[in-house]
Amino acid sequence: MKIRSVLLGASALAMLSMGTARADGELFFYNWSNYFPPELFEKFEAETGIKVTLDVYDSNETMLAKLQAGASGYDIAVASDYMVDVMIKDGLATEFDAKNLENFGNVAKPHDTMEYDPDRKYSVTYLWGTTGFTYDADATDGELEQSWKEFFEPREEFHGKIGALNDEVEMYNAASYYIGVPKCTEDPAEAQKVLDVLQKQKPYIAVYSSEGTIDRMSAREVTMHMQWNGAAHRTKESIPNAVFVYPKEGLTYWSDHFVVPKGAPNLENAKTFINWMMMPENAAAASNYAGYMNAVKGTEDFMDPALKADPAVNMPEEYAGLLIPGQNCSAPARDLRNRVWTKLKN
Amino acid sequence: MGNLIRSKRFWLIAPAVLYIGFFMAVPLGQMAYVSILERGDYGAVNWGVFSFDAYASFLFERDLMDNLMFNTDYLQIFARSFGLSAMTMVFALVLGFPTAFYISMQPQARRNFLIFLVTIPFWTNILVRNYAWMLLLRNGGLIDNGLAWLGYESGGLDILYTPYAVSIGLTYTYLPFMVLPIYASLEKLDHRLIEAAFDLGADKWRAMTRVILPLAAPGIAAGCILVFIPCLGAYVTPELLGGGKFMMIANLIGSQFGAARNWPFGAALGFVLLAFVLLSMMIYAMKFKSLPEEKL
Repeated sequence: MKIRSVLLGASALAMLSMGTARADGELFFYNWSNYFPPELFEKFEAETGIKVTLDVYDSNETMLAKLQAGASGYDIAVASDYMVDVMIKDGLATEFDAKNLENFGNVAKPHDTMEYDPDRKYSVTYLWGTTGFTYDADATDGELEQSWKEFFEPREEFHGKIGALNDEVEMYNAASYYIGVPKCTEDPAEAQKVLDVLQKQKPYIAVYSSEGTIDRMSAREVTMHMQWNGAAHRTKESIPNAVFVYPKEGLTYWSDHFVVPKGAPNLENAKTFINWMMMPENAAAASNYAGYMNAVKGTEDFMDPALKADPAVNMPEEYAGLLIPGQNCSAPARDLRNRVWTKLKN
Repeated sequence: MGNLIRSKRFWLIAPAVLYIGFFMAVPLGQMAYVSILERGDYGAVNWGVFSFDAYASFLFERDLMDNLMFNTDYLQIFARSFGLSAMTMVFALVLGFPTAFYISMQPQARRNFLIFLVTIPFWTNILVRNYAWMLLLRNGGLIDNGLAWLGYESGGLDILYTPYAVSIGLTYTYLPFMVLPIYASLEKLDHRLIEAAFDLGADKWRAMTRVILPLAAPGIAAGCILVFIPCLGAYVTPELLGGGKFMMIANLIGSQFGAARNWPFGAALGFVLLAFVLLSMMIYAMKFKSLPEEKL
């Protein structure tokens, strides 16, 4: 969930700005585009009288760069796991003690604690998901293994029909799970092994792109695509036989969190909003819109039946052991990763 | 009196100078500064801590024993960008010169209409135009189906997501920048000079090479520069039409400010590019000066 289309966000922004301003207060919300249901803003405004203004970004790094460059005025920013870690360590996050919020009791395990924010002083989970791959079962006669092998060393029928995310973190991580190398390795020899896997796979790749993964599958331009699970769910709407694979070597479990940036002008409103989002009804609305799971108990009754029934989104319990959380790699590890990516694209 | 005019002129020019000074010099200065700083642990930079690592890492990498090793990865990406830009420039010239020449030979009213047609692509966002090319070039797309209809059953065009698609997309994007300056120089061309050439016994080819081309040279030079330089910064086209399979300079710089969180290296890459461009422009200018038509 690193890059999302800016175009759709712009339209969401336009819709929001048409809302009427009221005196009860304001909230400046910074999020990916197309990642929050516009109706939910209206509902929040109607119930609390706080007017929300949305600003959007296309990647964690864009958001970080803006905050590091000294932008202030946002009350809530949504950041992925490793980015929450960066923000806390870099002093860009405000401590607001989520555990003391009234609805925190609704938060489901294991989301009540995070490695980088064990007491949840700085963040609350918004949505979470996984990065695996999807294939069209109609494109093959065989039964595919639940393994990254099928993606990195594809069968002949998938040659040239594979889409990969154009995302150095996701691709590098998946390849490292496949060969059992730590994803934040600082050892060049291990990074070389990751590069070997990626380079061997490259001739079979049709396209590296994080945009339009659903359309590409629907148009049958590719028959296998590395995808986020919410996108896999939406792919199934047009390709009923699409299968989302939970590879046995493990897959990234990412989560996006509400964080209050330093210098937020409306801290109390931010807390009100975060507390409000921990109500099952509202969390479910976010899931229904974005197609990703929330971290709140008791949302089942409010969720779309199709979403609830899809193993891509509502992960079967047996796969829980495969989830590997996102990690904030050190600068030397990031350099190795970037060099691998640069060599792959050369 | 002279002073007054001078000061009036000064004040009239001042806004433009200030604008350019501010919006060009300040960001450039900022980037120059960032490029010689030490990178921060969590992205950004450590303000006030200087380091030339960013420039060193353009050519060298550290191996396991911490020795500096020569590394050609980034040079290759630069070479690819320059190569693709040069190719695009040549394609645009080959297509653009006859187009501009044809337009300049038309009656006035039709000329305006044709120039208007050339500028129509500018009405649409570059992203949208690249997506349109994806639809045209992909297997099962318009061109593929058209060829199949004509009897070329090749089992797919297989051109989208290749370097060829990138060069088609770039040529298309920058073609108007070639046509317009060449047209501007051809439009002013005195047709009596061509007639004189014919009267003096020149055939069509000689008239073209000895009279028209030299007179159009400034327009051709301007067109080439206007195509070549922005092409070096192409970001969207290699991502979309090239399928993200290989990087151009802009993609490399983008990734330094993105996942790598290495601002100084990104800024340094920008400056290395600037240096290459200035150098090639200087060489070009020197060569161009030695041509006789420059005297005009």
